[in-house]
Amino acid sequence: MENIEQRVKKIVAEQLGVNEAEVKNESSFVDDLGADSLDTVELVMALEEEFECEIPDEEAEKITTVQQAIDYVSAHLNK
Amino acid sequence: MVYSRILGTGSYLPSNVLTNAMLAERVDTSDEWIVSRTGIRARHIAHEHEKTSDLALMAARAAIDDAGIAPSEIDLIIVATTTPDMVFPSTACLLQEKLGLPGIPAFDVQAVCAGFMYALTTADCYIRGGMARKVLVVGAELMSRILDWEDRRTCVLFGDGAGAVVLGASDTPGILHAKLAADGRYKDILNTPAQIAGGKIQGMPYLNMDGPAVFKFAVKALADIAEKTLAEAGIAQSSVDWLVPHQANLRIIESTAKHLGLPMERVIVTLPEQGNTSAASIPLALDAAVRDGRIRRGQTLLLEGIGGGFAWGAVVLVF
Repeated sequence: MENIEQRVKKIVAEQLGVNEAEVKNESSFVDDLGADSLDTVELVMALEEEFECEIPDEEAEKITTVQQAIDYVSAHLNK
Repeated sequence: MVYSRILGTGSYLPSNVLTNAMLAERVDTSDEWIVSRTGIRARHIAHEHEKTSDLALMAARAAIDDAGIAPSEIDLIIVATTTPDMVFPSTACLLQEKLGLPGIPAFDVQAVCAGFMYALTTADCYIRGGMARKVLVVGAELMSRILDWEDRRTCVLFGDGAGAVVLGASDTPGILHAKLAADGRYKDILNTPAQIAGGKIQGMPYLNMDGPAVFKFAVKALADIAEKTLAEAGIAQSSVDWLVPHQANLRIIESTAKHLGLPMERVIVTLPEQGNTSAASIPLALDAAVRDGRIRRGQTLLLEGIGGGFAWGAVVLVF
């Protein structure tokens, strides 16, 4: 089983159409990976599906980097 | 058992075309920005003298002609619009007068971009309930009249137009199943909140939208209702010949198609040339594909739409 970091990075690469090697922990979806506003919505929906959780809009807005996505998923999967 | 089936289709687009390049001269936007986020390249904008009922009339005449019936055979008119000619009478009554069909019932349905799903479902119920035999169902909109042409987030998305079908009683289906839904808790993410009071317009008379929130809601709600409508009708997703979606955003359409396992080759897309024409988009897309020969008699179609309210719906039918 892949860990959360690997799963998040895989989804980010798939959703944004970038190479997985380009997806670093500190990468910003918009500034570094070229995401537009709808890409980020689609990305959050893909994370919700993968990790079977609901990410409220006000929380989703704060997730702007790969590390923030990893942190959010890690914090909410343990509960 | 009485069913309802589509006897004819028609549509009308105003002649004036506004391209992305022309829009970029008015507001700070670009063809690349609009195309990558929405898939829209141009939209039709009505002339100043044209009313919603004028567009509806053109589409209605084409549909009646295509059905091969006399206008006098129509026994009910339902118009779906969110941009009526006036507060009242209904656009359906104004259309009835223009068609010269006094006496038959006529009313509007307001479900914004889902309007045609609501109107078609209502017409189906009238026919199956024995209260009508041939219903004129029209979706007609002048979205350009409620756009803030300085708001680049919204003015690039919409266009004007009308589409119509004649739905007639039949011994065989026809419409197999329809499903409608609404959730008023989402009223604030897509609306035009103005009202007329005390002789003045109160509140913002322009279309207002939280794009990302609408996108997320639409993707989830459409996947859900499309899947449920097919399941309740006992139709396998793979048996759908054509998906005829509301034309709001190419990425929403692609998402619904992907969820249903339908390749984009089996999806009718008019969005690039027409933008979002609200209640008119589904019958406009249907008519375009019927007339160019893609949609043929006997094929299974899934129609779906969603819009402000939120209100949404899907209809599965044999054409």
